[in-house]
Amino acid sequence: MSKALDLITRVRGVRGAMLVSAEDGLVVAEQLMEGIKGSAVAALAASLAGRLRRAMEAAGTGTSVFWHLQAEQGALLVVPSGEASGNLLVVAVAEPDVNIGLVRLELLRAAEAGA
Amino acid sequence: MDEIRALSAQLAQDPQSLVFLRLGEALRRKGQLDAALRVATNGLERHPHLADAHDLYARILTDKHDYEKAFDEWDMAVRIAPHHTGALKGLAFLYFKVGDIEQAEAHLAAAKRVEPDDPTIEQAFEMIRGGHRPPSPAPAPTAEPEATVAASTAAVSGGALDETRVFAGLEGANEGLLLIDAAGRVLGGALKDGGGKDVTDAVAAYLAGVSQEAARTAKLLGLGAWNGLSAEGQHGNVHLAHPTPDAMLLVVRERGMPLGRLAILAQRATLMARRWLDQQ
Repeated sequence: MSKALDLITRVRGVRGAMLVSAEDGLVVAEQLMEGIKGSAVAALAASLAGRLRRAMEAAGTGTSVFWHLQAEQGALLVVPSGEASGNLLVVAVAEPDVNIGLVRLELLRAAEAGA
Repeated sequence: MDEIRALSAQLAQDPQSLVFLRLGEALRRKGQLDAALRVATNGLERHPHLADAHDLYARILTDKHDYEKAFDEWDMAVRIAPHHTGALKGLAFLYFKVGDIEQAEAHLAAAKRVEPDDPTIEQAFEMIRGGHRPPSPAPAPTAEPEATVAASTAAVSGGALDETRVFAGLEGANEGLLLIDAAGRVLGGALKDGGGKDVTDAVAAYLAGVSQEAARTAKLLGLGAWNGLSAEGQHGNVHLAHPTPDAMLLVVRERGMPLGRLAILAQRATLMARRWLDQQ
């Protein structure tokens, strides 16, 4: 589990990675830089994932396999993992200029490996 | 056929030459669109900064009714060569096709400034004013007159702006683009799911919550204001943006469209939505 997170945080620009329980927004595992509040990231990512899932299902696109929130000073990247693609979330917090494609790959790898 | 054979031989002898432009156009005029497309894409790979190559590709795409990609290609041609009349006329054609008369006329006017004696431009102006569909843009001056594009989409009248014209110029304006206000009320566009069912209202209702949550997440994590949310789904991809603080835009496309391209499309739709909102 920690190895998977380690691979994600090795990507340049990634400030932290964590595994979050999608249902209750609690931290399962984390590897974060100083100053990042893991519990807040977990709760907010899970809440946003839930709302996004409902909107995407209504739009007919099916559940999300990857999403990322772009903001002025950073990005939140998430891959749902687990049996129903929703038990766990593999989450990364990154700088705004991070290589999104690379982080996405590492997140998907971590999710495939069952993190 | 002789012409095509001769041009093919020339291109085979010198793959770097610009003869692919004539060959692609000749194939297009013969209706051999797949072959024309291959020639154009190969040419574009070798000459990615050649406006004429993007113009050729756009004309072939238009013949194949792939108007969204054609728009992108003509847009690219104009970025490379702002006075490219073929591309300006092409964009005018596509704008007219979706009912954005103002933009169609603006692009024709730009083309006329470059080539004031081109009779096809005045002809297109007259057709627009008369409410007729203008002919699809003429190819490079060296080429022969082209076949007309099949009229597959009804043109919208040039009256006052309404919600059906928010995304004029973008393919899928009425099935894959949605503009809503902060309370989840639909301002423009529409959404259909894979089965063709209208899901506009349901998605709009959920989106208001997504937007609030995205703003809260970005703020509480110290990431500043959020400016976009991209997501890959099992059957489709989506991009969410907010053209103004009180409005939100959703773009939905099939799974095959990469997120990066979707973001570019969303950017364009955002500009259109912002302009439309300003005019309200």
